[in-house]
Amino acid sequence: MTEDDLDRNRRHFLTVATLATGAVGAGMVAIPFISSLKPSARAQALGAPVEVPLGSMQPGEMVRVLWRGRLVFVLRRTDAMLASLPTVAGELRDPNSEVVEQQPDYAVNATRSLKPEFLIVEGSCTHLGCAPLEDFEVRPAEGWGGGFFCPCHGSKFDLAGRVFKGVPAPTNLRVPPHRYVRDDLILIGQDSGAA
Amino acid sequence: MARIEAEVGKPQGGLMKWIDDRFPMTSTLKYHVTEYYAAKSFNWWFVFGVLAMVVLVIQLLTGIFLTMNYKPAAAEAFASVEYIMRDVEWGWLIRYMHSTGASFFFIVVYLHMFRAMLYGSYKKPRELIWLIGMMIFFVLMAEGFAGYLLPWGQMSYWGAQVIISLFGAIPVVGDGLVEIIRGDYSISDITLNRFFALHVIVLPLALIGLIFVHIVALHEVGSNNPDGIDIKKHKDENGKPLDGVAFHPYHTSKDLVGIIVFLMIFSAVVFFAPDMGGMFLEHANFEPANMTATPEHIAPVWYYTPYYAILRAVPDKLWGFILFAMAVVLPVFLPWLDRCRVRSIRYRGWMYKTALTVFVITFVTLGWLGLQAATPTYVLLARIFSVLYFAFFLLMPFYTAMDKTKPEPDRVVYHD
Repeated sequence: MTEDDLDRNRRHFLTVATLATGAVGAGMVAIPFISSLKPSARAQALGAPVEVPLGSMQPGEMVRVLWRGRLVFVLRRTDAMLASLPTVAGELRDPNSEVVEQQPDYAVNATRSLKPEFLIVEGSCTHLGCAPLEDFEVRPAEGWGGGFFCPCHGSKFDLAGRVFKGVPAPTNLRVPPHRYVRDDLILIGQDSGAA
Repeated sequence: MARIEAEVGKPQGGLMKWIDDRFPMTSTLKYHVTEYYAAKSFNWWFVFGVLAMVVLVIQLLTGIFLTMNYKPAAAEAFASVEYIMRDVEWGWLIRYMHSTGASFFFIVVYLHMFRAMLYGSYKKPRELIWLIGMMIFFVLMAEGFAGYLLPWGQMSYWGAQVIISLFGAIPVVGDGLVEIIRGDYSISDITLNRFFALHVIVLPLALIGLIFVHIVALHEVGSNNPDGIDIKKHKDENGKPLDGVAFHPYHTSKDLVGIIVFLMIFSAVVFFAPDMGGMFLEHANFEPANMTATPEHIAPVWYYTPYYAILRAVPDKLWGFILFAMAVVLPVFLPWLDRCRVRSIRYRGWMYKTALTVFVITFVTLGWLGLQAATPTYVLLARIFSVLYFAFFLLMPFYTAMDKTKPEPDRVVYHD
C-alpha cells in the first residue's frame, strides 16, 4: 500500500473511535475504585442513632454525645437563656434558620428545637469543623449574652446555635435529625419521618 | 600489583563492558555525573538541591523502619508510636529522625526555592523545571499533612479536621469530596488507614517520580549560576563550557562539605531539641485524639503557617479557601510573571531587590502569625501582610518590567 492509497478519513475515524472506546472503558473501571473510597457499609451501619436520656439533666447543663463520630451537644436551656434568644436576633446572620440544610423542618422555629427547653446541635463549627466551646456566662459589658465560641478561628454562635455576623463560619450550627422517644429520652440520628 | 598496572590504560572491559552492551551505564553516568558541567562559580545557595535529596533518603529510610512497628488503626496508632518511642530499641532515634526530617525537608526546600528567586532559576529555559519543582512542593505538603495524622494525637486529629473541612468550602462538590477524602462521616479509623496508604505509598512514589523528571529536565538545559548567565556560550575545543566543572568530582566534593554541616545541625536538633519547643512536634499532639474537645489553641506545623495565616485573615469560608489556595499556587506562575531581562539579582534594579526583601519579611511574618492565637491585632497584621504577599506576585509583571537592570557579564564572576 502506498501513501496515496491511504484513506485518511477512515484512519482518523478509527483512531478517534479507539480512543473514545478506551476512555469510556477507563472511566468505567474508575467507578469501583472511586466508589471504594466512599463510606463503606460498615461505616454507614455505625452511623446508627444514639439515645440520650434527658431525665437527669439540670437546667443550664450540657452533655456531649458522639453520633456517626460527630460531636452532638444536648443543652437544657434555662428560662433566662430562652429569653435571651429574641434579643440577639439583629446581630445574627440567619436568625430565622432560612438555610435549609442546617436543620430539619421541625427545627425551623424561634428556638431551633422540638421542645424549646432542649437544644440539640452538632458540636462542629460550620467554618472548619472545630468543636466550639460553651460560654454560657452572660457578660453585658462585652455584649455577650452567652452561647458558643470556636477556639480555632473565633466564630460565635448564640444559645440556639445561630451564627453571629462578622465571623468566618457561614451558617448556623447544624441540628441533626432527632425525635423524642419519651418525654425524657431522645434519639439522635432518626426522626419520625425516617422511622 | 603487576596485574593492576597492566590494566591501566586498557579500554574498560570485563563487567562494565558486559553491562554497557546491555544497558547504557557508562554513558548515563557520564551524562548525569562525571561530564555534567555546572558553573564553577556556584555559591552555597546551590547546595540545597543536593540536601533535599539527602533529606529524602533520611525520610525514606527512617519511614520504612517506622512502618515495621507502627499500626495504622485509630485504636492502636497513638500507643504504637509510644511503643516505638519506649520499647523498640533505638525506636526513639528513628522516629525523631523522621519527625525532624519532615521539618528539615521544608527548610531545605524553601531555601532551594528562594535560591531560584534570587538568581532567576525559573526563567527561560528552566520554566518546566520550576513547574515540576512546584508539583514536588505540593506533593510534599500533602505528604507532610498525611503523615501528621498518623500519630493520632490531638493536633493530628483537629489539624486534619480543619484542613479536610477546607475542601467543604468548594461549592456544589465540596461535601461529597470531603466524604470521599475521609471515607466516613467524620475523621475515623477509615481516614487514618487511607492516610497511611497515601503517606507510605502513593505520595512517596509520586515524589520520587517527580524528582526524577526534575533532574532529567535540569540536566537537559543545564544548571543556572549566581550570575544567571548561559555558560554554554563559551566552550573549549572539546565542547566543554569554559566556566563549568564536572558535577563529579568537583561539585560532589564541595557538596559533601555542605552535607556534613547539614548533618551536624540535623543531629543537634534530633538529639537536643527534637520537638523544637513545640515547633516540630506540637505539644498538644502528646495527648491522644479526643473527638469531643478541640485544643484551646490550634495551629498547623510551622511549614504551613504562612498560608494558614492568610486563610485565617479572611472572615469568609469560601474566600478564605480561595485566597489560601491562591497563595499556595501563585508561585507556579513566576516564570511568566517575571518580565525582567536578566535572571540574577546581581544585575537587577532596586525594585526587584526591594520587592524580594519585603516578600521574605512578609513570608516569615505570616508564618509567625499563623502560629499565634487569632487576636484582633494579629488578624489585622495578617491582613496587611496577606495583601503584601499577593502584591509581590500580582504586581511583578509591572515592577520587573520597569526595573532598571545592569549589564550582565559575558563570563561568570568570582567573589573571593
